[in-house]
Amino acid sequence: MKAYFSVFKMRLINGMQYRVAALAGVATQFFWGFMFIMIYEAFYQSAVQTPPIELKQLVSYMWLQQAFLVFIVLWYRDGELFNLITSGNIAYELCRPCELYGFWYAKLIAQRLSGAMLRCFPILIVAFLLPDPYGMSLPANFSAFVLFVATLTLGLLVLVSISMFIYISVFVTMSPIGSLLMIGVAGDFFAGGIIPIPFMPSWLQRIAYVLPFRLAADLPFRVYSGNIPVNEALVGILTQVIWLVILVTLGRFALNKALQRVVVQGG
Amino acid sequence: MRLYFKYFKILLKAQMQYRISFWLLSLGQFFIPFSVFAALYFLFERFGSIKGWTYYEVALCFSVIHIAFSISECFARGFDSFSGLVVRGEFDRILVRPRSTFMQVLGSKFEFTRIGRLLQGVVVLILAIWNLSIQWNIFKVATLVLMIISGISVFTGIFILAATLCFWTIQGIEVANIFTDGGREMSQYPLNIYKKWVTRFFTFVIPFGCVSYLPLMYILDKVEGNKLLFMLTPLYGILFIFPCLLVWRFGVKHYKSTGS
Repeated sequence: MKAYFSVFKMRLINGMQYRVAALAGVATQFFWGFMFIMIYEAFYQSAVQTPPIELKQLVSYMWLQQAFLVFIVLWYRDGELFNLITSGNIAYELCRPCELYGFWYAKLIAQRLSGAMLRCFPILIVAFLLPDPYGMSLPANFSAFVLFVATLTLGLLVLVSISMFIYISVFVTMSPIGSLLMIGVAGDFFAGGIIPIPFMPSWLQRIAYVLPFRLAADLPFRVYSGNIPVNEALVGILTQVIWLVILVTLGRFALNKALQRVVVQGG
Repeated sequence: MRLYFKYFKILLKAQMQYRISFWLLSLGQFFIPFSVFAALYFLFERFGSIKGWTYYEVALCFSVIHIAFSISECFARGFDSFSGLVVRGEFDRILVRPRSTFMQVLGSKFEFTRIGRLLQGVVVLILAIWNLSIQWNIFKVATLVLMIISGISVFTGIFILAATLCFWTIQGIEVANIFTDGGREMSQYPLNIYKKWVTRFFTFVIPFGCVSYLPLMYILDKVEGNKLLFMLTPLYGILFIFPCLLVWRFGVKHYKSTGS
């Protein structure tokens, strides 16, 4: 456990080095946030029926999405791991006296955490201070806030276990671009990254609720604003735990299978 | 110009070496805007219209922007990935050759997989025109073509500006994404749905409004008053590239190598 923790710490410090890049990222995310809110505001003005989510809840959803972008997108990747696999340096990783799945898992979580830590606070602070209708509102109530933190944390674990499959697939395809693109696009859509899930037609919502992608983004963000009530949020947490167990077991199995076949050429 | 075609041919051949990867990537490029377009459809299904614009009118706007974006990303990719050239010090090699830097950087990279995105744009364009009852005449067709050319010139101009920034700093280039990706997402809706200051900025400073919104008003017969003015707005977008080229030349003069 200690080894995993120190890998985690190392990556965290490493990620914190890129402050200017993070600042540029913050500026970009503000732009996107404003743009989406303006578009939805215009849509809401010409709405003929009551939308399934209030504008205020939607605004919070948008800012949370921008602030925790690093937590929720599948295409945020570690180029180093891809290089290891394709260049054959994976041999070093195999020599280490700890299990590869846990090792990479810790690495990936640390990377996302360091990315989010630099970005989320400036965005959230400014978003709270913005005037109506752009300002972000406080969580619906205290229990919503607690559940939000819990679902967000579990969601990150689920997301990283999904992204592990992308890295494992590189053992077979040798090029990350294809699987990254396909899983990235599908995952983003079914996580409510392009439009929030309540806006989808009901047949598509049913598909989205079955898949695990929404657990990292859609669930915590809507719990925050109270769009998902407390008892449903508890069911959501249970779903997250079940998915996490399934995904980690499968991922570990697939990685071990892939490692058995791995051939390192040259020396 | 002959040199440019040579670059073009060599790089096309190089990318075609990995044929399956090429087609898969193109397919992926088809699906990225496809998911955005599907989202657009679902939003209109729920809300009906946006500030008086119907679904197919916005689809027309969407397609023009995406066609322009995919073409400029295919051809101006060299500028988009220019920071790599500066970091590796390869720009020095370009400087000592007896040809213009602009041509060489432009020819340094083509992204042919963008054909997937282009195809998606064309499909949406046909779909939109099919479902809108527009009284077509030669002027409207010309305006539509001008809109696409104008869009290419605006996107390419932004790529060049972002590349010029690399002469001074290579950190924080991500900000340029606001104007390329952000500009693309923003101008796929008619600009009048945004706040006044946003509309003004993206019409006069970076002329996305002249690419899609203003000429569309003419094509869809929403104009009251001087039609000619609205018809000619894409020309302002085409002019945008000239100051960008000047800035580029200024940047090249101030270039200091990374050494080694």
